[in-house]
Amino acid sequence: MRRVATIAALLATLALGATAASGAASSHPAGSAGKTTITIWVGFTGRELRIMKGVIAQFEKSHPTIAVKTVGGISDDKIVAAIRSGTAPDVTQSFTADNSGTFCSSGAWVDLAPYMKAGHVSASQFPSASAYYTQFKGTRCALPMLADVYGLYYNKTLLAKAGISHPPRTIAELTADAKKLTQRDAKGNITVLGFNPFFGWYENAEAHFAPMFGARWTNAKGASTLDTPQWRKLLTWQKKLVDWYGYDNLVRFNAKAGDEWTASNAFERGKVAMNLDGEWRVAFVADEHPELKYGTAPLPTASKLLYGSGYTTGNIIGIPKTAAHKAEAWQLVQYLATDVRAETTLSNQLRNVPTTTAALHSKLIKPDKQFSTFLTIFGNRHTTTTPITAAGAAYQELFSSWTTKWQAGKEKNLSAGLKAVDKQIDAQLQNATGGGVP
Amino acid sequence: METPAAGAHQPALATARPAVDRRRARRRADWRRRGLVLLFMSPWIAGFGAFYGYPLVMSAYLSLHHYDLLSSPRWVGLANYRYLFDGDPLVWPAAKNTLWLVAFMVPAQVLFAFGVAQMVARARLGTGLFRTIFYLPALAPPVAATLGFVYILNPATGPVNAALGRLGIEGPLWFSDPSWAKPSLVLLALWGIGNTMIIFLAAIVDVPRHLHESAELDGAGPLRRLVYVTLPTISPVILFAVVIGVIDAMQYFTQAYVAADIAGGSASNAASGANNLGFPEGSTLFYPVLLYQQGFRYFNMGYASAMAMVLLAVALTFVLLIVRHSRRWVHYQGGAR
Repeated sequence: MRRVATIAALLATLALGATAASGAASSHPAGSAGKTTITIWVGFTGRELRIMKGVIAQFEKSHPTIAVKTVGGISDDKIVAAIRSGTAPDVTQSFTADNSGTFCSSGAWVDLAPYMKAGHVSASQFPSASAYYTQFKGTRCALPMLADVYGLYYNKTLLAKAGISHPPRTIAELTADAKKLTQRDAKGNITVLGFNPFFGWYENAEAHFAPMFGARWTNAKGASTLDTPQWRKLLTWQKKLVDWYGYDNLVRFNAKAGDEWTASNAFERGKVAMNLDGEWRVAFVADEHPELKYGTAPLPTASKLLYGSGYTTGNIIGIPKTAAHKAEAWQLVQYLATDVRAETTLSNQLRNVPTTTAALHSKLIKPDKQFSTFLTIFGNRHTTTTPITAAGAAYQELFSSWTTKWQAGKEKNLSAGLKAVDKQIDAQLQNATGGGVP
Repeated sequence: METPAAGAHQPALATARPAVDRRRARRRADWRRRGLVLLFMSPWIAGFGAFYGYPLVMSAYLSLHHYDLLSSPRWVGLANYRYLFDGDPLVWPAAKNTLWLVAFMVPAQVLFAFGVAQMVARARLGTGLFRTIFYLPALAPPVAATLGFVYILNPATGPVNAALGRLGIEGPLWFSDPSWAKPSLVLLALWGIGNTMIIFLAAIVDVPRHLHESAELDGAGPLRRLVYVTLPTISPVILFAVVIGVIDAMQYFTQAYVAADIAGGSASNAASGANNLGFPEGSTLFYPVLLYQQGFRYFNMGYASAMAMVLLAVALTFVLLIVRHSRRWVHYQGGAR
């Protein structure tokens, strides 16, 4: 018994010592005298991380009492694990706006309302789509920090060779141009692809095509509404174009197309004449293939009214609930999300779209003909984003699992298939909120 | 040694006391022995408790809750199980894919490992070299091995299809074709059978030579000796390989995750870069991959825990059935079963 008591006392002493040590460590910021050191986790790596660090260095200059440690290459599962273990940094940035539903509803990222009020920051400073994807059911736990906007990239040389004078504006033009621009070898293999309609390839997600047809994911009550004329038109057009190329031919072409994020990207090498892609490609082309003669335009649309619009999503930035220095963290969040100079510097160097209306129209934005297309798309009132849900992007992926079968010709009844997916998505969302099967 | 006769005439109380003392001493010795055993076992007990016992109990607990990893678990009763059996459209395809592995990959692995071991055991020259060559792939990290296979089986740029093309054969789309993706993973699994092969080799080498000689004297040819001598003798090892293979197949994750991610390219729904799980057309969406997706990508850990409990129950049932059935064909030395 005495031995047990001795061991218990020893363990208690060790535990107390450890607690005291950790308490002491957290009560003293690591920086030099008078400075508070905060940490920010970002998803950027390589060239983009260097640019981010440059902007954060500007923040440190303008906020001499705060030192910032920047850690790159962070994904959302690391953020969640760190919050759970109490080791989260002071500021976190995520590439996945779809997860703001989880971050806001769980309280994992703090509600920014009091900070915004004190800092005179209003949601109206951001375009509506960006303001939408940084909140969930009224709780704003994040601010937008640069947006991604999708449009059409076209190879001017290939279009000129095919006698096409301007990029397509309608779906009919897109289809005709895609066929005209496609080249095959003697065996029938595709050597140059006019336009790739294959879901799952590069940036070809259903969500990115949806605005071309005005297709919406949910109704006013939040129920899934895929069985609509817009989605049916989109999927019928897409399947017809896949069939024109031949499903197997496209699969074979995709397999050798080259990695999207390297200099072997098929559009950059002239293997794809027209491509759906994000605004960041402008910087990638300048860096990897400056010789490429290309142009950018809004994606062709099914109705004239929609032309000029597109899909947008973006990076989100917030403060984890376990952050040690929330006041200082807010200053960095506010700077990165709302400071015109910071936003425009990041936009000029990363070629991402700035997310405050002031930065969007600022003269500090370096003029660039290709990039300005995306600024225009971002400002279009018909430009949309995807619904923010408690299940993140799970509903999009459930839909993808069906569309991949559709494009392969394994799903024949479009309307029945879409109705079934609607039911599945509703059940999935109900389960994700702890509601079980409807 | 004889007991002194005088002792038999001592009063009853006097004889009872030493007996009680002896019993006490024996009990103390027993406790000391148990304590010592526990002391030696304590690292294992601690490890088992921390890494198996606690997660198992927590999984069972969380499977009855809605839990997003970030807020406190909320009781939902059997709702996660109801969604699993009645609502989630991906569960059954994922289960079917996993059962496909159990039905095809496990037998292929066992047969191939046995075949290679049999060949290596019979080799007269370069035995060590062959053993090393066939064992080496087992040392390759699964991620690196999968990347290598995705590269060599690339339908357009891979050396396998290039070689087939020179022979006038149009190679399959391998990891990009839903009907070829799982067989491609089987090829990868066969390439890495080193561990099973070594175990079979040890068992084959261990078959008593006199049994083969007796059978040979009785006129048994190589095939009959294989069927009536080698296989019965190594049957416990076959059982081991099958059980481990089934459990591994039910937990199959890393290779499927990497192959789908690389072969599927970088298309994104959510700019996350990790949503090609199951590519192509859900053909590599195995049950553990779906479980990972729910738990760590959708942060739906309560539901993922329910999936884990069902997986545990199914794996346990499979193993019990195999072990029960094995009584008919597994022969242990000395006749014990």
